[in-house]
Amino acid sequence: MKILLFGITRDIVGESPLQLPRGESAALQTVGDLKTYLKGHYPRLGTLSSLAVAVNQKYTGDDARIGEEDEIALIPPVSGG
Amino acid sequence: MKSSRYTRQTRLEGFGPQSQERLSRARVLVVGAGGLGIPVATYLNAMGIGTLGLVDGDQVEWSNLHRQPAYGPEQVGKSKIAVLSGVLQDQNPDTQIRLYDTFLHPTNALRILEGYDLVVDATDNLQTRYLIDDACLVREIPWVYGALHGFEGQVSVFNYRGGPTYRCLFPEMPAIGEIPDCDTLGTLGVLPAIIGSLQALEAVKALCDLPGVLSGHLMLYQALEQQMQKIAFDRNPTREGLAPLETSSIPGCTRADGTCSVAEYQQQRYVPGTVLLDVREASEFKAKSATGAVNIPLLDLEENLHSLKDAGAIYVICKSGPRSRQAYTIIRETLPGTPVYWIEGGMRQYLAVCQDQSWEV
Repeated sequence: MKILLFGITRDIVGESPLQLPRGESAALQTVGDLKTYLKGHYPRLGTLSSLAVAVNQKYTGDDARIGEEDEIALIPPVSGG
Repeated sequence: MKSSRYTRQTRLEGFGPQSQERLSRARVLVVGAGGLGIPVATYLNAMGIGTLGLVDGDQVEWSNLHRQPAYGPEQVGKSKIAVLSGVLQDQNPDTQIRLYDTFLHPTNALRILEGYDLVVDATDNLQTRYLIDDACLVREIPWVYGALHGFEGQVSVFNYRGGPTYRCLFPEMPAIGEIPDCDTLGTLGVLPAIIGSLQALEAVKALCDLPGVLSGHLMLYQALEQQMQKIAFDRNPTREGLAPLETSSIPGCTRADGTCSVAEYQQQRYVPGTVLLDVREASEFKAKSATGAVNIPLLDLEENLHSLKDAGAIYVICKSGPRSRQAYTIIRETLPGTPVYWIEGGMRQYLAVCQDQSWEV
């Protein structure tokens, strides 16, 4: 599963895209599962109060189903200008 | 006006004289006269916008010059909008320019926005973005969003013909300090020019009814990879006109709620236990500060606030107000029993008043 990271999520994880091994991503059924998984591995992601998620370039909620071939993007608000 | 001024534009298929005419009647408010605001205002002005409002209470600083090329060393310390409007009038004397030498607040936003066809967000902080989103919803004005993070940028058009708003993407404003700003992260000089130019383009598309307005799509730009992505999103059906702005966006920045004048601080400064807390960056503090002020930069405030737990009263100051307003909120939550105020107008106002009144700085 390919996860594109933007803004502070990229800074926290340290790279983008993040490629999850098939064995790990197989258990992730929904966007919510993925968020929980990522927060477990990168606890600072858990401190973000506002985080948009897109699946295949479309904004979705936590209950959206995801699969191995989907491209996920984590999009936090950005502040600068 | 020279009749040939806009011929290259009116000749363009898909734009033409009708769009030029629309542009000449359009009224746009640009909030922020910095890295994003300069390209936005410069191009809208050059292309023949009718009325251009500029909102910014800031002055030019040396650290602005690498990304704000309307300003040079001679203008350091001067009002940004005053300098910028002079440049713009030289470039196109036909534009009606309106200046608002202030920051956008919940108390002034609806009044300033009134009568504009479109707002461009060229600010550098989330509080003002949420305020623009709320105020534009109330006033039923579309707005063009642009923001930066390191080598990345975001662009979208919100509240356009019933389309989604910023809060449809990010419903709740993040806590202060959660998302770093350009003061913390730094930014490459040309990056705001790229994002600001995209904003100017979207403004023209929306105003002239051109196709492809970036409504319902968030564009993500990655400068190092030279990649653009568009994320589609819908309006949240529960998003609608809301409570008074005073309670919806920036907490605690109304006059009745925490502000104080320079004179009020001067009356209290020698009372034992009074602390003047300067929340600017260390470099700003070192350059010029008030006598006896304690420096804790805003981003370090929460973890260092315990050092002020015995203060009798805390007066917060920054450069011009926004950061002390944020600090005020943090202190109220962290030290609920301590009286706290923030000094309106910041060091800019403080130094001017102290000099005027011959008070100790």
